[in-house]
Amino acid sequence: MKSKVRPQKGWMWLTLLPLYVFTLLFVLGPLVYMVVLSFLTREEVWGVRLDFTLENYANIFEPVYLRTFWESLKLAFLSTGLVVAIGYPFGYFMAKLTARWKKRVTLFLMIPFWTSSLLRLYGWIIIFRAGGIFDRLLMALHITSEPLKLLYTYPAVVVGMVYALLPFMIFSVYSSAEKLDFSLVEAARDLGASPLKAFLTVSLKLTLPGLFSGLVLTFVPSMGLFFIADILGGNKVVLVGSLIQEQLMKARNWPFAAALSIALLLLTTVFLWLSRRLSKESS
Amino acid sequence: MAGSILRLENIKKGFGGVDVLNGVSLEVAQGEFVTLLGSSGCGKTTTLRIIAGLEQPDSGRVLLGGADMAGVPPERRDVNTVFQSYALFPHMTVEQNVGYALKVRRVPKPELAQRVREALALVQLEGFEKRKPSQLSGGQRQRVAIARAVINRPKLLLLDEPLGALDLQLRRQMQQELKRLQKKLGISFIYITHDQEEALNMSDRVAVMKDGLFQQIGPPEEVYSRPRTSYVARFVGAANILHCNVGQVEGELVRFANAQGSGAFLAQGHSFQPGEPATLAIRGEQAQAVKGLDRSVPGLLGVVKEKSFAGGLLRVTLELAGGGEFVCSRQGLDSDLAPGDQAKIVWEPEHAWPVDLEPAGGPEGEGAEAL
Repeated sequence: MKSKVRPQKGWMWLTLLPLYVFTLLFVLGPLVYMVVLSFLTREEVWGVRLDFTLENYANIFEPVYLRTFWESLKLAFLSTGLVVAIGYPFGYFMAKLTARWKKRVTLFLMIPFWTSSLLRLYGWIIIFRAGGIFDRLLMALHITSEPLKLLYTYPAVVVGMVYALLPFMIFSVYSSAEKLDFSLVEAARDLGASPLKAFLTVSLKLTLPGLFSGLVLTFVPSMGLFFIADILGGNKVVLVGSLIQEQLMKARNWPFAAALSIALLLLTTVFLWLSRRLSKESS
Repeated sequence: MAGSILRLENIKKGFGGVDVLNGVSLEVAQGEFVTLLGSSGCGKTTTLRIIAGLEQPDSGRVLLGGADMAGVPPERRDVNTVFQSYALFPHMTVEQNVGYALKVRRVPKPELAQRVREALALVQLEGFEKRKPSQLSGGQRQRVAIARAVINRPKLLLLDEPLGALDLQLRRQMQQELKRLQKKLGISFIYITHDQEEALNMSDRVAVMKDGLFQQIGPPEEVYSRPRTSYVARFVGAANILHCNVGQVEGELVRFANAQGSGAFLAQGHSFQPGEPATLAIRGEQAQAVKGLDRSVPGLLGVVKEKSFAGGLLRVTLELAGGGEFVCSRQGLDSDLAPGDQAKIVWEPEHAWPVDLEPAGGPEGEGAEAL
């Protein structure tokens, strides 16, 4: 802000009030509640006792839970990696389409969002189940001779994750690739850069902000999405998200669920911070 | 041509069914400054992009230093471009922008730094190494673009309206600087502009372009004083164009009379036949509007419509008796002519220049080389 501040009218702050109230009530409030909860003791049957303890956090370091975190991280990295590998080129080339085709592609990407994501996952069950569409297709093409039984396997979960997260990456890369001035790429070529070199030094560098915001939009949810693993992975693939849900809804261990959530939050924040650092260094 | 750097042979190019270049031929010598002059959409930028390799011609050949460039990508052509909007890399500093061509060629760091310093000194931008393009003024960005394009010493530098975005004063100054730079480096320049003054001022040769064809290629004086077509005459120096039918032919002297009056011009080596239509280009500064001349004196009759002053020049616009306008201009601010006055426009026969003697379309293909 410049030094010259206009005299505020007495009622101006009122217009901002809803925003503050909303943030306090629905963001900060629950967070504080969760932090407090994570230090409390679980009541045997129902609810919590107001006894301070660090036991919930200590529990996280039990091998079985650490493994869950590790599995979640692995899956998040794998699916985010695939999302980048597919979504970046998709978004990049989408920005080069004619206005008419851009509209069409956008529409095709948007249509699935008009249905509940849960319903769409059930669609994948139909595709993946033994003897489902996918199996029949592969067998019809003589690629496999018997059903692969993909449903409730790790690959099914990965496909589900990639499917759910891909649009976020595509749109985020697209929006920054669209701002890319193509004459810069021509200038690079003119100055002696091969197509690949021109892409790496100019196009990629200038679309990194889109790539990183896409990473945020996909990596963060991929750490927490539990229903994809639940529906497509059966109970074979246990992720932090599912663990939290289980502790909260089934085991009724609220403090431990809260501690797990906080741990997940911290872990995600660390990775976000790291990627921020990386993106700043490279630009 | 000895020391020929670039040769374009009958280049044709269309985009989506629209013909942009209709057979363009040009030869540029070592160290020559050639300007492509024309209004927007005439095909100048496309010509440049084809030379740079950013566009492929539909037919015709591009030879750089004698080698056919068909299928050679831009990065392997010994040509660099100063783009119209400069196309500086926004994420790189001035230093990195200028050094880009060397960096992609893996030139060792000390040499790279040394050459970047030299290139920046050449355009007088020392001290700006660490700035980003967004922190520079228009003129400074322009200099960075030039330094970046010449650092690898190309045989040929292509400049696409490089001064288009600058204000008039800076433009004039940069024109001189560019010319000096070109002499100093000894690189051939192909320069695009729609500003005829800039073209005449800077070039060794001017190529006037219209509808994807060169109308005339020649030294500035020739294009200015001996235009081949009415388009060139109008575009380069805003001449008056007069259509008439040839009357008497007395050796070199050709007389005519039409609805607007009568006059004479020199055949300039062309054999005119009586009754043949002719088009004349008459420069405003070489014609005079005079009041109260005798009926017998040949000239065009007109009514003064407007008087205006432009930088020491008095411009008198007359409405011709048979329709159409004629602009006379001369030094000084005094004139006894006032709007509404009847006047006669007179000129010396050698100042009425016959144009459009060849079939419309101008020189084509190989013919352009004869210039």
